[in-house]
Amino acid sequence: MKSWLTTTDHKRIGLLYFWTAFAFFLIGGLEALIIRAQLVRPEGIGVSAETFNQLFTMHGTTMVFLALMPLSAAFFNFIIPLQIGARDVAFPRLNAFSYWVFLLGGLFLNASFVAGPLFGAGQLSVAPDAGWFGYANLTSRQFSPGPNVDFWLLGLQILGIASLAAGFNFVVTILNMRAPGMRMLRLPPFTWMTLITQFLVITAFPVITVALVLLMFDRFFGTHFFLPSGGGDPILWQHLFWMFGHPEVYILILPAMGIVSEVLPTFSRKPLFGYTVVVYSGVVIAFLGWSVWAHHMFASGLGPIADSVFAGTTMLIAIPTGVKIFNWIGTLWGGQIRFTTALLFAVGFIAMFIIGGLSGVTHASAPTDLQQTDTYYVVAHIHYVLFGGTILGLFAGMYYWWPKMTGRLLSERLGKVHFWLTLIGMNLAFFPMHLSGLLGMPRRIYTYSPDLGVAGFNLVSTIGAFLVGIATLVFFWNLLRTRWQPVNAPANPWNGATLEWAIPSPPPVYNFTVIPTVANRLPLWQTERHGPMAPLPERPPAPIHVPGGSWWPMITAVGLPIMAVGALSHFLPVVLAGAVVAIVGIYGWAFEPFEM
Amino acid sequence: MLRDPVYFDAVPLALVSLVLLLLTACGGGHYPQSVFHAEADFSRELDGLFRNIFAWAVGVFVVVEALLLVAIARFRARPGGPEPKPVHGHTALEIGWTLAPALILVFIAVPTMRTIFDTAGHAPEGALRVEVIGHQWWWEYRYPTLDISTANELHIPAGMPIQVEMTSADVIHSFWIPRLAGKRDLIQGRTNRIAFRTDSTGEYWGQCAEFCGASHANMRLRVIAQSDSVFQRWVDRQRAAPVTPAKGSVEETGQQIFRRSACIGCHTITGIANAKVGPDLSHVGGRGTIAGALFPNTTESLHRWISNAPSLKPGALMPPQSLQGADLDAVVAYLQSLK
Repeated sequence: MKSWLTTTDHKRIGLLYFWTAFAFFLIGGLEALIIRAQLVRPEGIGVSAETFNQLFTMHGTTMVFLALMPLSAAFFNFIIPLQIGARDVAFPRLNAFSYWVFLLGGLFLNASFVAGPLFGAGQLSVAPDAGWFGYANLTSRQFSPGPNVDFWLLGLQILGIASLAAGFNFVVTILNMRAPGMRMLRLPPFTWMTLITQFLVITAFPVITVALVLLMFDRFFGTHFFLPSGGGDPILWQHLFWMFGHPEVYILILPAMGIVSEVLPTFSRKPLFGYTVVVYSGVVIAFLGWSVWAHHMFASGLGPIADSVFAGTTMLIAIPTGVKIFNWIGTLWGGQIRFTTALLFAVGFIAMFIIGGLSGVTHASAPTDLQQTDTYYVVAHIHYVLFGGTILGLFAGMYYWWPKMTGRLLSERLGKVHFWLTLIGMNLAFFPMHLSGLLGMPRRIYTYSPDLGVAGFNLVSTIGAFLVGIATLVFFWNLLRTRWQPVNAPANPWNGATLEWAIPSPPPVYNFTVIPTVANRLPLWQTERHGPMAPLPERPPAPIHVPGGSWWPMITAVGLPIMAVGALSHFLPVVLAGAVVAIVGIYGWAFEPFEM
Repeated sequence: MLRDPVYFDAVPLALVSLVLLLLTACGGGHYPQSVFHAEADFSRELDGLFRNIFAWAVGVFVVVEALLLVAIARFRARPGGPEPKPVHGHTALEIGWTLAPALILVFIAVPTMRTIFDTAGHAPEGALRVEVIGHQWWWEYRYPTLDISTANELHIPAGMPIQVEMTSADVIHSFWIPRLAGKRDLIQGRTNRIAFRTDSTGEYWGQCAEFCGASHANMRLRVIAQSDSVFQRWVDRQRAAPVTPAKGSVEETGQQIFRRSACIGCHTITGIANAKVGPDLSHVGGRGTIAGALFPNTTESLHRWISNAPSLKPGALMPPQSLQGADLDAVVAYLQSLK
C-alpha cells in the first residue's frame, strides 16, 4: 500500500492512471445511460430538468477530462519510456504529482454530487449544470447562484495543473531520454503522436486556465469580464474556451491515432505505410488545430468574413486527416492481417472515424452548420469522433498493451464479444442522432414534444447506449479476470517491432537490463535492410539504481483541493491552509535526496 | 479464430439496419422542425448546400470504407501465407491522396463561401423589421415600424422579406425555426441579424437551441406566416387597445383581481399594467399557446399555469399564485377575452 502511495515508477503510475480513469469512465457512462433513459420517450421518465442538466454537464466534463485524457495518460506513462528505451520519465516525482492532482481534482468535481447539504442547497447534488463548455453569461453569479459552477471552474483549474505538469514532463522525456540511436524519425508513431499531443497540452491549457481565472474573478470578486451589464463580453469566453477546446479535440484524438499506427503494422506484419507522412500530418493537424476554433461559434454572429476564414481553415484539416486514413489502409494493404481484438478495434476506429470526419466537413461549412450546431446532429458528430475514434482507439491500445502492462493476456473470445457489441451498440446509439438532430431536436433538452416525430430515433439511441453499457461490462469482466490468472504473457506476444516488446511482460522495475542501442525504426523485426536487434541480457550486467518513493508529490497535490474547498466555502483561512500544505510539500520535495 | 465468419455477417447486417433507419426518416411522417422541409429562401439555400456536401460525403464514405473492407477481407492472414513485402511508402500515392481531398474541398468551399455572404442576414429594402429579445424562457417580439409587442408566436406576412434583429435580456439563447432559417444566437449587448422570406402560409415550429438554464427544453416558439390580408387583420387587432370587459361581467371581475394582484408587477396590459418582466398580455387571448409555446391556450392550461408555473416549467420566474376558485376563474376568463 505505502509503496503505491509513494511510487514514482512510471509503470505503477500508468496503472494508477488506468484504473482511476477507467472508474471515471464507468461513472461518465452511467451518467450517459441515465440521460438516454430519460430521452427514451417524449416527455421523459421523470428525471428533473435540474438533474438532467447536471448529468449532461458532468458526462461531458467527466469523459473529456477524467476519462479519455487520463486513459491516454495511462499509456503515455506506461509505454513511452519503454518505447524510447528509458528507465523512467524525466521527472518521476512530477509524474506522481500529476497523478495525485488528477485523482483529487476528479474526486473534488464528483463530490459536488453529494455536497448539497453543506451549502444548504435543499438537495443532495450541486453538480455543475452549465454544460461542459460553460458558456458565459449563464455561468455568472446572477444566473447560476449556487456552488455548482464553482465546483466546475475550481475542479478544472486543478485538473489543468495535472495536465500541464504531465505535458512538460513528457515533452522533456521524449526529447531527452531517448536511447542511443533513437533519432526523432525513428520514434515509434505512438511516441510521436504523444509528443505532438503534449505540445498541444502545454500551449492550450494555459488558455483555458486564463478563461477560468477570469470567470472565477467574475463570480468571486465582482469583475465583469464576461458580463455585458458591466461592459464585458460573453463572446470573449467562447473565444477563449474554444481556443483551448479545439486543440483539446486533437489532444483527445492524436494519442488514439498513435495507437492505431502501432497496432495496424504489428497485426499486418508490415511497417507503417508512409511513416514520415503520418508523422508530419500529425504535426500539420496540430498546427491547423490552432486556427479553427471559431467554427464552434458560427451561430454567434461573427460576420461573413470571419465565418469564411474559419470555414476554410477547418476544411483544410480534412486533408492531413484523410492522408492518415489512406496510409492506414495502405498499411493493411498487402499484409497478412491477424484479426486479434486489438486489430478489430483499430479497424473499427478507422471505419467510425471516417463517419465523424465527414459529418465534420458538413459542420465546417458555416451555413449548413447553422442548421446543425447545438442539435443532436453535432452530438452524433462528437460521439463518432470521440467514441468511434478515441475510445475505440484506446480499446485497441488496451488489448494490445495489457499483456505488457500486467503480464496477462486478455481473453480474445470476450474481447470479440466486447468489440461487436460496442460497434453495433455505438452505431445504434449515435447514428440515429444525426437524424433526430436534422429533424429539429436541439441538444441538452431534458424533454421533447411527441409532435417532433423523433421518438423512434431516440428509442433506438437508448437501446444502442445500453448495448454499449453491456459491452463495457464485458470488457470490465475481461480485465478483472486477468487478476486471478497466472502471469502468462510472453515478452512479445504479438510479434511487435518496437522496444517495449524487447523486455519481459510485465517489465522489471528497471525496464531494460542494459539500455539498447537503436539502429532503425523497427528494432525487433527482420526487414529487407536489417535483422532484429540482439536480445538484451536476461540479468543486468551491473547493478541498476532505482529511485525509492516519495511522499512529497502527494502532499503537494493534497494542498490544491484544500485551497479549492476554501474558495468554495468563501473561507480564506482554508485557502491559506491549503497553500501552506502545497508550499511545505514543494519545499520538502525540493530538498529531498532523490537520485535517478 | 482467425477466420470466424461471424464478422462478415455482422457488417452487412449493421449497414442494412442503418439504411432502414434512414428510410424511416425520409419517408413521410410529420416533422414540424425538420431541416429537410425548407419553406423559406434562407432555409432552402442551406438545404441545397447541405445536399451538395452530403453527396460528396457519401461518395467519399463509400470509396474509403470500401477500400478498408477490401483490405481486411483480401489480406487476411492465411496459414503458410507468404511474408508480406515490407513496403514503407509510395510517394506518388501520398501526393495523390493529398490532392484528391483538396480538390473535393474546393467544390465544397466555393459554394460555402458564396452562401455565407448570401445569408449574412441583411434583408432587401422594404423588409418587415422584427426585434426578437430572448428571456429565460420565452421570446419577446417587437415590430418597431408597427408599434406592436407580443410574445412566443411570431406573425409574419408570407411573401415579404423579414429582417430579424435579435438580442437577449439575460443569458445567450438561439433563435431557430428550422424550416425557415438557420439558427443565430441572441446575446445581451449585441444585435445579430437574420433575414428570410417564405411564400407559404402556415405554422412553423422552432425552439431555443443554445442551452440557457433550467427550462432550455421548454423555450419553444411558433412562426405563423399569413397572407397579407390576414396578417393585416392581426396587426390591426394588436394595435387596438385591449378589450374592455362589459360592466358586471365575470371578465370585469377578473380585470379587477388582475389589477390588485401580483400580476401587474411583471406584465403589461395596455392601460391596466405596465411592467416588462414577463410577456405582454394585452392580446394574450388571441394566441394559440402559452408559456413559451409549451401548452395550448386553453382554460385548463391557464388555470394550471397561474396556479403553479414552476411545476410545469422548471425555474419559471412566475411564482405560484394564491388565486383560487371563482377568483382564478375570473382572471382566466379575463385573459381569454383579451383577443
